[in-house]
Amino acid sequence: MEDRKLLETIEDYLTGKMSAQEMATFEITRKNTPELDQMVVEHSLFLQQMDAYATRRNFTKLTESTFQHLLARGEWAMNSALPSKVKMIQLWNKYKKVTAIAASVGGFIALATSAFIMYFAPSLNGNKLLQLSKDIEVIKKNQQVQGHLLNEVKSKVPENATLLSGGSGFLIDPKGYIITNAHVIKGNGAIVINNLGQELHASIIYADKNIDLALLKIEDKDFSAPATIPFTIRKKMSDLGEEIFTLGYPRNDNTIVYGKGYLSAQTGFEGDSSTFQVQISANPGSSGAPLFNDKAELIGIISTREKLAVGVAFAIKSNKIIDLMHAVNDKEEANDVKLKISKEAHQETFNRKNQITNYKNYIFSVRSYN
Amino acid sequence: MQKGNLSTLKKLKKAYFGLLLHELSINILKAELNEQALLKGLANNDSKAVETLYKSHFNMIQHFVLNNNGSFDDARDVFQEAMIALYEKVQSDSFVLTCQIKTYLFSICKHLWLKRLHQMSKFSGSLNVEEDSISVDDDLIDFEKKDAAFEMMHYALNSLGEPCKSLLEGYYINKKGMQELADNFGYTNADNAKNQKYKCLLRLKKLFFAQYSIGD
Repeated sequence: MEDRKLLETIEDYLTGKMSAQEMATFEITRKNTPELDQMVVEHSLFLQQMDAYATRRNFTKLTESTFQHLLARGEWAMNSALPSKVKMIQLWNKYKKVTAIAASVGGFIALATSAFIMYFAPSLNGNKLLQLSKDIEVIKKNQQVQGHLLNEVKSKVPENATLLSGGSGFLIDPKGYIITNAHVIKGNGAIVINNLGQELHASIIYADKNIDLALLKIEDKDFSAPATIPFTIRKKMSDLGEEIFTLGYPRNDNTIVYGKGYLSAQTGFEGDSSTFQVQISANPGSSGAPLFNDKAELIGIISTREKLAVGVAFAIKSNKIIDLMHAVNDKEEANDVKLKISKEAHQETFNRKNQITNYKNYIFSVRSYN
Repeated sequence: MQKGNLSTLKKLKKAYFGLLLHELSINILKAELNEQALLKGLANNDSKAVETLYKSHFNMIQHFVLNNNGSFDDARDVFQEAMIALYEKVQSDSFVLTCQIKTYLFSICKHLWLKRLHQMSKFSGSLNVEEDSISVDDDLIDFEKKDAAFEMMHYALNSLGEPCKSLLEGYYINKKGMQELADNFGYTNADNAKNQKYKCLLRLKKLFFAQYSIGD
């Protein structure tokens, strides 16, 4: 208690809270007591530091709020790399003519190139992307092999029809609705083959070439509809680096293939925001294959891959699937189509092996014919 | 009537040109006075003065930092430090600014940024500089000393824990009275609050001086 009073007195003395008389008495005591004098000096130093601290802190706050205020008013563009003006002007003066010529030549070439590309490649992005649907020959060959092996089973593809394209697809509604890429469906008719090799008739309900998604419905008495869908559809964008896996039918012998990878960029080819980039091995036939994460969420659908970069594939974001389902529900209400978006995932301990064993029943090989 | 008007107009014209000349001659003086007023405002924590300084000089620093391996955020930090250095300089009684504010701020920023580049070992050996600068070594030594003391106090205060930190900040930084603090913190009377403040103060001083004596 005494120590406390002493320190308070010193503080009063140092901050000038004493009367003249008190001050005089204090100074005499201070002169005669070296310990007190030492305490005064020490506390004075401390108070000075505290004052400096307080002053600087308050000023820092002032500069911060001023800066934020000016920034909010648009006084400065954040992160805009301002090139050196003087240098730029010098360079500009020096290379004005060259730049003008280069620009016009460049402009001409750019126009010519885009005209050229527009003319020769109406659908795909230059030649840098490869759609992952299988070409006709491969499928034909595949059919022959199948025909050879399973003589007793008659193909459900009409006899005089030609197969045009194929890929993978997956069930999103227990009633038999299958999502695949629009570019997988090049013909007017379609069949799907489950992982046991059983062919089933399917009708094309909806195809949107812009977002590259198509909806099929299995219409076959042999189809045994499951009770529920074991995975949910992720609404939000997935995280960078998230581990993902896929199941699809890239091989010719109609064997389901598992692939593992990770999400490597949140946008797709040349910054396309409706797709994202994954590091996974994708082959023709992987088109339309679903991408899942560890939480049993469907996060996308493989559509294209970069031709030159091995292992880089692009996938359509899962929210586009939800959009499509909503669109179909709205449009086809009269025809009694009602797609149910799966809300609950089967929590089979989320063990990858169990997931795969379970999911493969929901993933189909898709063929399209005319 | 018309004649009278004409002569008045002539007189006015003459007066006007006289004024113009006069203005021209005092313009230089005025600029200096402006700077003085600005510094005075800065010393008194006037937010208008701070805003004016940011508006007139931050772009130059942003330009400089961006051209020398830095980001927008770096420029913001460096400029803020230079503002603090200038602010603390104008606070002292012996303050004289021997150059323009612009030159002073730029010189401080240049040195601070150079130092940071060295620390990040990003310095390429030459700076991209378009502005004039002066030697500010003494000021920088002073600034760094103050900076170190500031960090010590900051660290000491933050290691106190609550309610000590808020109580002492309330008293020494926000300059609140003990009765008000007692009410804010819910002590039954000012004496109890004073008692708590005393205990906290002892701890703070111990923490602060433990570093201060080592650092000095």
